[in-house]
Amino acid sequence: MTTSDSASSTSSAAGPAGPRPEGPDEQDLEQHFDATIARDQRIEPRDWMPDGYRRTLIRQIAQHAHSEIIGMQPEGEWIMKAPSLRRKAILFAKVQDEAGHGLYLYSAAETLGADRADLTQRLIEGRQKYSSIFNYPTLSFADVGVIGWFVDGAAICNQVPLCRSSYGPYARAMVRICKEESFHQRQGYELLMTMMRGTDAQREMVQDAVDRWWWPSLMMFGPPDDASPNSAQSMAWKIKRHSNDELRQRFVDMTVPQAEKLGVTLPDPELRWNAERGHHDFGTPDWSELQRVISGDGPCNAQRMERRRTAHEEGAWVREAASAYAAKQAKQSERARKGAAA
Amino acid sequence: MSDTVKGDWPLYEVFVRGKRGLNHVHVGSLHAADDRMALTHARDLYTRRNEGVSIWVVRSEHIAASTRDEKDPFFAPSADKVYRHPTFYDIPDDVPHI
Repeated sequence: MTTSDSASSTSSAAGPAGPRPEGPDEQDLEQHFDATIARDQRIEPRDWMPDGYRRTLIRQIAQHAHSEIIGMQPEGEWIMKAPSLRRKAILFAKVQDEAGHGLYLYSAAETLGADRADLTQRLIEGRQKYSSIFNYPTLSFADVGVIGWFVDGAAICNQVPLCRSSYGPYARAMVRICKEESFHQRQGYELLMTMMRGTDAQREMVQDAVDRWWWPSLMMFGPPDDASPNSAQSMAWKIKRHSNDELRQRFVDMTVPQAEKLGVTLPDPELRWNAERGHHDFGTPDWSELQRVISGDGPCNAQRMERRRTAHEEGAWVREAASAYAAKQAKQSERARKGAAA
Repeated sequence: MSDTVKGDWPLYEVFVRGKRGLNHVHVGSLHAADDRMALTHARDLYTRRNEGVSIWVVRSEHIAASTRDEKDPFFAPSADKVYRHPTFYDIPDDVPHI
């Protein structure tokens, strides 16, 4: 072992690889960085990197981490209401995974010099965003299945290319996450298959959930390419590997045959196979809705933020108690050591 | 930074042995109040699916690391000693098992 990822984010001598004073070799460093990217090699925490690259990554990774953490809420609501012990255990494991994903990502952000408590604070104060999709309500148990199928499916489309992202710790976190997302998507689809084999009322629940989640799921890929100003730079830095529209297309192409197999209708009259393109044509999401939800005016924004804030505040005494206990133990073992030495 | 930020649990690096016979490998980091909590959190966070048989945690501040990679002379001594590699030596093809 030679070096540690997040060791660079501590205040020790190995301190953050922050911006160096502008000097004659700034240009050399930039060339070295560009060459590393061009060779398709990974940038690691202690490497020199342009400020913009660092800022972009911290923003993207933090936003991603926040999404995983807030993403625990819509499904978490159904843990106590799951219809069987099997479904409850599965849902529990899935929601726990989402927490895990958030923590992998916070860990990656910290290798860039971000501070965990500060990131949490930024989320709670609404200064950093999370994915728009988690601001929609989960009205029935079918929503749990559709979230696994659509939302985790869309996440897989987004995240598989991120496993080759140019920033090492981010790419490695994504590898770990992608392995687990597959379980998430499959449990959702299986849940829906089970409901589709049930009663008419259950089939209606599934179709209703599909109708409500389809368009918000397409919006998860972000605004269309011509309205996504930061994308080009992110692609040049190989943080991102595909454009929003490419990934959205991939998701539609992947989902259509799954919907047919399941026996549900995707709520888009313009959806049809285009043999010439070799892709499905589809309608345009309501981008003004995405804007509204992102800017805080979605159906559940206030509720999600309030829940996160409350959890943080109500957990404060636990964090403090653990710190106090650790300090006491450290003092006692120090005393014991001194006693033994005397 | 506020007091609560300063009072935050320290950062630990986590190393997991995937299975017997393999080295521990760095997998990421986490925050914990003390070593024991760091181990428990590491188990919950990094080995939910049989990813490990042994875990090490170490406070990040205790890790000493080599300098950054760019134009780093630290590893230079290993670059100019080709005779350390078996391919440096010409051996006739008809010499067996070497």
